Amino acid sequence: MVRLIAFLVGLFFSGMLLLGLGDTVITAIKEPAVPSVEAEFHEETLPVKFAHDGPLGKYDRGQLQRGLKVYSEVCAACHSLKLVSFRDFAALGYSEEQVKALAKAWKTEVPSINPETGEPATRPAIPADKIPSPFANEVAARAANNNALPPDLSLITKAREGGPAYVYSLLLGYRDQAGYKNEEGKELLKEFPEAATPAGLHFNPWFANLNIAMAAPLAADDQVTYDDGTKATKAQMAEDVSAFLTWAAEPKMENRKSAGWAALGFLLVFTVLAWMSYKTIWADKKH
Amino acid sequence: MSFPWAQEYKPQGTVSKWVDERLPLPRLVYNAVGAGYPVPRNLNYFWNFGVLAGVALVIQIVTGIVLAMHYYASVDGAFNSVEHIMRDVNSGWFVRYAHMNGASFFFIVVYIHIFRGLFYGSYKAPREMIWLLGVTIFLLMMATAFMGYVLPWGQMSFWGAQVITGFFSAIPLVGEPLRQLLLGGFAPDQAALNRFFSLHYLLPFVIAGVIILHIWALHIPGSSNPTGVSVKGEQDTVPFHPYYTAKDGFGLGIFLIFFVAVTFFAPNMLGHPDNYIPANPLSTPAHIVPEWYFLPFYAILKAFTVDFGIPFTGIIIIPAKLMGVLAMFGSILLLFFLPWLDTSPVRSGHYRPLFRKFFWYGLIPSLAILTYCGGKPPYTQWVVLSQLAAAYYFAHFLIILPIVSRIERPLPLPNSITEAVTGKPLPAAA
Amino acid sequence: MSTVKKTKGTVKKPSVKKAAAAAAAPVAAQATAGENSHDGTEGSGVRRRDFIHIAAVSFAGVGAAAVAMPLVSQMSASADVLALASIEVDVAAIQPGQSIKSSWRKQPVFIRNLTPAEVEEANKVDVGSLRDPQTLAERTKPGKENWLITLGVCTHLGCVPLGAAAGEVKGEYGGYFCPCHGSHYDTAARIRKGPAPLNLAVPEFAFISDTVVKIG
Repeated sequence: MVRLIAFLVGLFFSGMLLLGLGDTVITAIKEPAVPSVEAEFHEETLPVKFAHDGPLGKYDRGQLQRGLKVYSEVCAACHSLKLVSFRDFAALGYSEEQVKALAKAWKTEVPSINPETGEPATRPAIPADKIPSPFANEVAARAANNNALPPDLSLITKAREGGPAYVYSLLLGYRDQAGYKNEEGKELLKEFPEAATPAGLHFNPWFANLNIAMAAPLAADDQVTYDDGTKATKAQMAEDVSAFLTWAAEPKMENRKSAGWAALGFLLVFTVLAWMSYKTIWADKKH
Repeated sequence: MSFPWAQEYKPQGTVSKWVDERLPLPRLVYNAVGAGYPVPRNLNYFWNFGVLAGVALVIQIVTGIVLAMHYYASVDGAFNSVEHIMRDVNSGWFVRYAHMNGASFFFIVVYIHIFRGLFYGSYKAPREMIWLLGVTIFLLMMATAFMGYVLPWGQMSFWGAQVITGFFSAIPLVGEPLRQLLLGGFAPDQAALNRFFSLHYLLPFVIAGVIILHIWALHIPGSSNPTGVSVKGEQDTVPFHPYYTAKDGFGLGIFLIFFVAVTFFAPNMLGHPDNYIPANPLSTPAHIVPEWYFLPFYAILKAFTVDFGIPFTGIIIIPAKLMGVLAMFGSILLLFFLPWLDTSPVRSGHYRPLFRKFFWYGLIPSLAILTYCGGKPPYTQWVVLSQLAAAYYFAHFLIILPIVSRIERPLPLPNSITEAVTGKPLPAAA
Repeated sequence: MSTVKKTKGTVKKPSVKKAAAAAAAPVAAQATAGENSHDGTEGSGVRRRDFIHIAAVSFAGVGAAAVAMPLVSQMSASADVLALASIEVDVAAIQPGQSIKSSWRKQPVFIRNLTPAEVEEANKVDVGSLRDPQTLAERTKPGKENWLITLGVCTHLGCVPLGAAAGEVKGEYGGYFCPCHGSHYDTAARIRKGPAPLNLAVPEFAFISDTVVKIG
């Protein structure tokens, strides 16, 4: 009885699936899928290497400090970094005093209340504060940005496929759409005339739907002046800020990797010992 | 409940004797995983995975209890509390990554454990009850994992909760009220998050309870073995301790090496980037996929594309959505009937030439295809492939296995485990 | 991963060791019997084998302890809690005889501007007669003896004493009074009467300007 019911149920499910298969194939032949502009023109991330790549990689402190400078002078005007505190900057190689000064000099102040009147007010940041957001709330952020919401950057390299390479590619990925061709030599506006970038958006083949609300943030070389004398090319700035944002998303990466090596080394010895113990115990047993 | 030649627990010293007379817990342990449990001498490395699954559960419970000390189940605070754990709590990143990847490794281990049961016929008499309890554990694990994935309240958490509770809305008449009952509202929100946290904390202990039953049931007939031949005498077995404790110790080392390598060097490899974006009820991620261990079932769900009805009348009896949901649950529930679908008296796949062909060239590839296609967008080629693979999956268990059991001529079995070990070699690596 | 090993370590470790030795003995005995021909002396094999088992099990124990450490240390104060370990308070508005309550590490802090009379009263006391002998000067900063800064946590069982806010009972010695079990503190916040064993604790503090004090 069980087997009879099972047979019928199996026949039903498998049959419906095969029917569905026929249906899928017929539909695909009758109404072949239309190629989409994203599928044809969205680009893979640009090749870029970081000091923190790989299981032995460590952050380049100098690069992180440069990246912080790019963030604070360029990105921070629109993008928050809510999950990072000023005190965390000590990990970039700043002293306690420098962190304090950085917090105090931050362009956006921390919302607070006037201790005498209770009115809303702002005060300079202290190291214990999270980085203050440039906009009070989402509505304010959208109102100031043509109804687009600049995402928080605290986790951006973990929240996007490709991580830091994605951020790097996106920052350098602004192109002129007129006459733009992909690697196969197809011209976008000829293939998809209706996909012209709408007004107020910007063409960027590294962005998911090719049209991004953010205008190219790194417009020219030397947009920021690095304290360590590094030449601030666009590529350099993009690389530095991507590294900085990787740190912001994963501040404990170095602890993680070094703990990992210790754990692996320990486990290797343990496993060898356990194997020897196992072989010794089984030495007299054929199995 | 054991073989007559099992070593007996002999308490040494007055304290052990005192305890043994009042609460024979050491005796229980001795008989369960000690020298008092005789085990076939020919077990291969696939038999390590039961113990490893237990280890994985303990890892999850310990790290989970630690995480719950810092997590708060609030729609406004959950995401930030997880990041607080990652950034500010001492070693919090380690505990969180271990828990996150521990879930994946729990499933890897359990899938290998199930695979071993399927190939070596561990579900057959007299071990049906062990199998039924095992499938129950698997279902509980899936529920626990799903609810745990909702807790960080990222985009995938939120939309996963939305989609999975959406399954229930496919049930006619009671579907929508049932979904609202499960969620405590019209969409996943505070009520859902709080109850998921509560249940996510509870279920692992339920799993631990069912595991005790699973092991209890195992000790009635004793462990199966790669030949599938029953134990005939003392020469066929060795005491669990020290023989298999030593082997499991080595297996544990290998398991932990893999676990540590992923947890410390590629902790987000098995996760999805979208879950690092806080939940936004107004915007769905471009491409919703469940965690990898649910992908085969997700593929089955998506593979049903046509309604079942009376042709040319437009009357629909079972809409495609409901059928997908039924088939997805059915694909797991059918495992409950497996002991009665596969009626071959031969347990081990080694001695079943026809079964082995369908197993290796049918079931395993179809599961691989389902896993792969489950994570792919709904393009024609992936849909067609998963429909083919899903059709085979159901046919394999419900149609092919019962027929194969009838018509197959098994290879001659060895007379005993000892003969298999010491006499002629096994047909395949054991 | 820890508890697995831990349970093995704590619950089973002794038995594993003992049982391994016990069980390995017959095994080894059999094995040595077979090995005698090529292994030379009889005893050495047994000892080497025991060593391997003991090494493997103790290694597991060490590993368990190593993993237990972060699992326990996660409970101590997290980085964001520690970051708030110091506060800065502007005391310019506190008139002599007044005090304010502030919060430091989620504990009340009393900042009191003593009147000259209160300072004099505190200095009059014979230090040797006190339960917890300390002078006012030891509890304040030089040149700022009128600024008494203490934790508002009774050293008996942790209640908040009265006397910091206007109109509150200041106790028999004009300082603070803890209503829970009746401890009286004097104008230097020293314990004078009641069950508390110590003076109200003075946190680490410093004047970073004439009117701003940094606590912690």
